[in-house]
Amino acid sequence: MKKKQSHHTSSRSRGGRRSMSLYAEGEPMVWLTGGALGFSLLMIMIMLLYVFWMGFSNFWPQSVMKVTTHEGAVHMGTVNRVQNFQVSAAILGALEEQAEEEKAQGIQVARVQADHILENESMSTRMLLYTGNYDITGTRFQWVSDYQISTETEPEWAILVERLMDGNFYGNLVAFTEDGEVVTEDPAEAWRRFQSVHPDVRRRFRERERIRTIDMGRVNRNEESARLRLITETRRFENDQTTAEQLEKVRLETEEAIAVTRREHAELSARVDEINVANRKYGLVFETAQGVRHTLLLDSVVRAFPANQISTGQKIRIFAGRWREFLLDNPREANMEGGVYPAIVGTVTMTLVMSIFVVPFGVLAALYLREYAKPGPIVSAVRIAINNLAGVPSIVFGVFGLGFFCYIMGGHMDELFYAVRLPTPTFRKGGVLWASLTLALLTLPVVIVATEEALSAVPSSMREGSYACGASKWQTIKRIVLPRSMPGIMTGMILAMARGAGEVAPLMLVGAVKLAPSLPLDIHDWSGTLGFIPTGPIHLERSFLHLGFHIYDLGFQSSDSEAARPMVYTTTLLLITIIVVLNLSAIMIRTRLRKKFETGNF
Amino acid sequence: MPMTTETIEQEAPPNAPPSTQRGSSGSRLEAIAGGEIVRSEIHPELAKEDNILAIENFNLWYAQSQALYDISMTVPKGKVTALVGPSGCGKSTLLRSVNRLNDLIDIVRIEGDMKINSESIYDKKVDVIELRKRMGMVFQKSNPFPMSIYENVVYSLRIDGERNKGVLDEVCERSLRGAAIWDEVKDRLHSSALGLSGGQQQRICIARAIAAEPEVLLMDEPCSALDPIATNKIEDMIDTLKGEYTILIVTHNMQQAARSSDYTAFMYLGRLIEYGPTDTIFQKPRLIETQDYVTGRFG
Repeated sequence: MKKKQSHHTSSRSRGGRRSMSLYAEGEPMVWLTGGALGFSLLMIMIMLLYVFWMGFSNFWPQSVMKVTTHEGAVHMGTVNRVQNFQVSAAILGALEEQAEEEKAQGIQVARVQADHILENESMSTRMLLYTGNYDITGTRFQWVSDYQISTETEPEWAILVERLMDGNFYGNLVAFTEDGEVVTEDPAEAWRRFQSVHPDVRRRFRERERIRTIDMGRVNRNEESARLRLITETRRFENDQTTAEQLEKVRLETEEAIAVTRREHAELSARVDEINVANRKYGLVFETAQGVRHTLLLDSVVRAFPANQISTGQKIRIFAGRWREFLLDNPREANMEGGVYPAIVGTVTMTLVMSIFVVPFGVLAALYLREYAKPGPIVSAVRIAINNLAGVPSIVFGVFGLGFFCYIMGGHMDELFYAVRLPTPTFRKGGVLWASLTLALLTLPVVIVATEEALSAVPSSMREGSYACGASKWQTIKRIVLPRSMPGIMTGMILAMARGAGEVAPLMLVGAVKLAPSLPLDIHDWSGTLGFIPTGPIHLERSFLHLGFHIYDLGFQSSDSEAARPMVYTTTLLLITIIVVLNLSAIMIRTRLRKKFETGNF
Repeated sequence: MPMTTETIEQEAPPNAPPSTQRGSSGSRLEAIAGGEIVRSEIHPELAKEDNILAIENFNLWYAQSQALYDISMTVPKGKVTALVGPSGCGKSTLLRSVNRLNDLIDIVRIEGDMKINSESIYDKKVDVIELRKRMGMVFQKSNPFPMSIYENVVYSLRIDGERNKGVLDEVCERSLRGAAIWDEVKDRLHSSALGLSGGQQQRICIARAIAAEPEVLLMDEPCSALDPIATNKIEDMIDTLKGEYTILIVTHNMQQAARSSDYTAFMYLGRLIEYGPTDTIFQKPRLIETQDYVTGRFG
């Protein structure tokens, strides 16, 4: 206050320039700059909160609503979303017309609706009901406007069933069957029986999945490697590198090995069949909203609950179970449901492999530029080029990666190391390695620029001190400059990882796919190779699922984008969370490194 | 205005008797400022000393501007020699030329030579890294490395590949004792050196400089950033190091030069003006300019 007054007097003394005084103190600029910052932050906050809310609440179990319209149509399902809208004059006119016709017959269906619309001044609310039962009705969603509704109930025994195929099922529980015979027609008893057998069904289901992916995978690999051995031996024989006896011996061994794998395969198949029979033993009989009786065998039921009578505790358990499934299970229904575990593994593997490539290269390049190269026009030009590289659209890197990495390098690698598998490509296609290399190229400028900044921030007094002790240039860099700039290098790495993990466009060309048969990081399969280097559980040639690509695929490429919507939000939330976690952990490491240089112990 | 050695050789410096120079205060400095060649006044006592370092007609340029003009002086073995003079007179440049730290600056060009134990410093065949290992250096601002106290002190041994823990421990203790800081840090040798106070950090740097038992210890205003108590400690330490090491120290502090050093060289605008025993320089210098400077009348 005091300051303002003194300012006032001083401006008065300047007479005619009083109007300028506000600008002279720069206050409009404070508002402008602060406002710009606030606006940006607000937009980001709104976006994050929206994604968080939509993604997080997605898995909360809602009650199942049964709606009857004035026309007599019945829909049962969960409310997907609600919106207000203006009823068009055409609809109102049609209703009025219909009401006139009905008047003669003494019914009032259209009249009620028209009156409802008129009462609300042509504004109405409509809700999108997820009615499910795609296999019966051929549709998943139903718009219902409030003027159409005559009754709205929440049936006690309305069950929400999450199925392996065709999305959710909504129906009233009426009976429980065993081997096709109805054993009870009391819903409570049927529900009790379901609860007692369903955990076993799920356990067997998981066993079947394990057999199909892990055990069958192993058997197939054994067969494949036996076959490849025979091909290799045959080629050697053709080139006179081996004798006919040797070839014959290998042939016999291969046949034996293949016979063994066939036998194993048959055993596993038998177990799968056994499981299928056991899981198809029980069934739930429902009556849908439209009055159709429908039996669901338990082998297709992932989760079912009477949505209108469960307690909050049970809701929390279902919520947690859905999150668990989301994080740890494979996707189903063309990625629209189930989990994103493969996408998490794919994203993390790719980001880590990318960091392994980009950090050493970036740091070495920055070291040369900052420590060894003589400053001059060439170095400046290189630096400008590096900065420009950061501005190249990422799809360009994708095209380059596809052309150079996949086709040229991958082609050569296949010829050199995997010739026996040709024409099936091994590295001559998109894969984790090429995706990582492409993104490494994309994020290289980030690492170089950050590292250069960190290097130039090392005080020259420290370098001089080291030189004065008789250290060579490399010793000085290794022992003084690099440790000292490690926090800055870490910053570069964080930025590169965050950028790489969120990138989508180039990945579509060099390895991200909608559906991958096996994970790029597979602890059950230690046969990964890169040329003659064994890479253990990391299979660099495999294509992978990626969260960013998953979002794109769900939102824009799936058969029913409305059904995929909730998953888009949840996956987005997860991707943001992963990037935040990556950033936070790197920031923590950086802070610890910084502290180490300031006071802490070594 | 660049000046080459040729012109220096052609124009023989005026050979005026020192005593007659008294009373003409400023004239010699004006002559220097005007670019004239002035011969250094070197006291005969220095000739009797056993030299470890000899600077011979040393000139140095930063790009086009000359910073050192035809410096010739010797540094006696086992003694403390102080370099004094107003800011920008080339003291630090001269000091940094001794261990060729100026090589790191691209624009520096030199003429003349220096010799350590009669071996050339600037010969093309000299391995700079080996040369620097024979000298220790302490800088104006303490510059401990971002590592533990222990690792700081044994740094020069580490880069030589010394791995023997016994040797390293022994050198560490000896150096820290030499730098009079052993008692303060012996219980936290493995904590970061950057957590110490300024004075302690500077003594760690001194310990680091003497760890490899250098033939010459170069000190570039080691106390300029320290408080009087820390300065005292370092001066005491210099006293104890005297005799064991040859010390060449740059200082702005006349009292420090008077207290700690055996010989003092006065420099002005890149020239060596007068060089002799400290007592004489401070009490009865031959040149009035030196007296004016050491008594604080200018500079």
